[in-house]
Amino acid sequence: MSADRKLFDLQHAVVVFHIGGMLESTRLIAVNDVSFSLSSEKPEIFTLAGESGSGKTTVSRLLLGDLAPTSGKVYFEGRDLVEMHKPAEFKAFMKKVQPVFQNPFETFSPLRRVESYLFDTALNFGMARNRLEAAEVADSALQMVGLSLAEVSKRYPHELSGGQIQRVSVARALIPQPEVILADEPVSMVDASLRMEIVNLFRKLRDEQKVTVIYITHDLATAYYISDRIAIMLRGFIVESGPVEDVLDRPFHPYTKLLKESVPEPAPKERESWAKHISLGTTEVKEYGRVGCKFAGRCPQVMDICRQVDPPDVQVEQRIVKCYLYTEHAGQASKENKHDSHQISA
Amino acid sequence: MALLNVKDLRAYYRTEIYGISRTVHAVDGVSFELYPNEIYGVAGESSCGKTTLIKVISGNLKPPLKVQSGSVNYKLGSYDVDMLQISQDEMRNNIRWKEISYVMQGSMSVLNPVRKVIKTFEDIVETHQEIEDRKAFLGRMEAHISRLGLPAEVLNAYPHQLSGGMRQRVAIALATIFHPRLIIADEPTTALDVVVQRGVLQLLKNIQAETKNTVLLVTHDMAVHANVADRVMIMYAGRIMEEAPTETIFRAPSHPYTQHLINSLPMIGVRMNKTSLPGTPPNLANPPSGCRFHPRCPLAIEKCRVEVPELLVVENQHRVACHLVKEGTR
Repeated sequence: MSADRKLFDLQHAVVVFHIGGMLESTRLIAVNDVSFSLSSEKPEIFTLAGESGSGKTTVSRLLLGDLAPTSGKVYFEGRDLVEMHKPAEFKAFMKKVQPVFQNPFETFSPLRRVESYLFDTALNFGMARNRLEAAEVADSALQMVGLSLAEVSKRYPHELSGGQIQRVSVARALIPQPEVILADEPVSMVDASLRMEIVNLFRKLRDEQKVTVIYITHDLATAYYISDRIAIMLRGFIVESGPVEDVLDRPFHPYTKLLKESVPEPAPKERESWAKHISLGTTEVKEYGRVGCKFAGRCPQVMDICRQVDPPDVQVEQRIVKCYLYTEHAGQASKENKHDSHQISA
Repeated sequence: MALLNVKDLRAYYRTEIYGISRTVHAVDGVSFELYPNEIYGVAGESSCGKTTLIKVISGNLKPPLKVQSGSVNYKLGSYDVDMLQISQDEMRNNIRWKEISYVMQGSMSVLNPVRKVIKTFEDIVETHQEIEDRKAFLGRMEAHISRLGLPAEVLNAYPHQLSGGMRQRVAIALATIFHPRLIIADEPTTALDVVVQRGVLQLLKNIQAETKNTVLLVTHDMAVHANVADRVMIMYAGRIMEEAPTETIFRAPSHPYTQHLINSLPMIGVRMNKTSLPGTPPNLANPPSGCRFHPRCPLAIEKCRVEVPELLVVENQHRVACHLVKEGTR
């Protein structure tokens, strides 16, 4: 495993939740056969995008070792996360993979001063032996996000703005000098005029600190702006993944097309195409329980086979698309891509 | 002929705790008019006074919110209703739901979680008319929601059984039972996914086009305004910075704040570097002097620190509050 130097490697990860009581419960496959890997050679920003209920947060829990997959494997630097039983081992893993959460006002207790979180992180991960050293470590981490300890010391969370406090939570994540930062919807609670500040920070971390960023979001516009690669999730499946410019400029999967079209463009001249009538999906649980492609109920190009068997992952150019349109089943539908499409797994 | 006329409105939150009084200048000198048959967008970041403005317009004044000065007049037939002086009874009998209705952000708070959706419909209708024949009423409501593209089963469901987009569409259905002339929508799609957001906004737009009423759409999302609104007002720290037809606002924004807001929007297909403004929105308990945007404005001059810029008409329907625009230097 360690031969090809992968930071994270998910292999056919599946997570099944049981919803309901003892007598009647429904199986919900929150993460369905998800595979992707991140290289440790070249830092990148990898985006997991999808709507609510698509399974992106469940994937982030897998990556943080917070949840064991029902089947399949999650490797970090060649080691299976499920087999990290020893606390010291897991702590070493946590040191390398740090999270940033959605709502900074919820991650910080309103009754504690924000700097205490920075000190605790520094002390817990052995980055400092005493508070004096911790203050130094905290200050240098804050410098990286454009703040300083003097600015935030003795402050409570409510005394900082949304943009500032979210930068503090990124600074906290930087203290153990991680290799990966996993940011789950880090800008959805931040105002528009401050949003780009956080997003630009991730770019800077990738370029200057060589940190790999896993960016989980529903916002395709910021994803396009910062990421190198993107994976689009729908009801537990990754339906399309590849370089962000390919996937969002010329989406292949019908769902990605719909998603891209639905993002309102901040330009009034696009109004007409956006106003084209769409049909909304049935309730979530219904789509999760669907056999075959989860998008079949809404797909304009649906075929019989889509409703029967889960579509395979098809490699088309530089990306992987989970859709029958790009297999030999499609016949006329994929004329343009026929010559370079081939099945890699079933 | 304006449907709603707001003049120099100042609404403050006044609190007094342990003898320390505090005044938050949430809406400070706002004037605008709403016309029949338009979608009017109000944009601004959190805590810029958008929600306070709606509260005042819809006659929802509760302490500590107080109106300091100004007027809000709603045209009901041939006479003006003063929304600041209106009695609770008149509000309930003649205005709420019938003339002015609301679509809120969290539709869960409009729908009673322990009663079926149809009961909420009954509650609202019963404030204005007696329901004699339940069966005929059910039929009427089914017809109403099916026009909005909702299945009839929705009426017989509990709110938690519906998805977020479905609930929001139910909220729109509730708001349109009596064909009100003004629908106030406060962040109606903020909690929704993009595909669902598109569906819900399309519905709102179609209803407006059909009934030719007025929609006051409040959201922080400029991209939504670009696609839905006819005119847009940009608020910052309790004041109007700019107001213009949507087309103009996006093509030729005049206020530095609007320019920044529009230029910083990320777009699919554009990877050009975009930056944030330095600083943060001001604390409205202690707003900056002069133009409230001046501490963050890259173009601020001395005058901006001292004098409050007036909201001036620069061209047809386009109003801007900026000293630089007024002096013709921009």
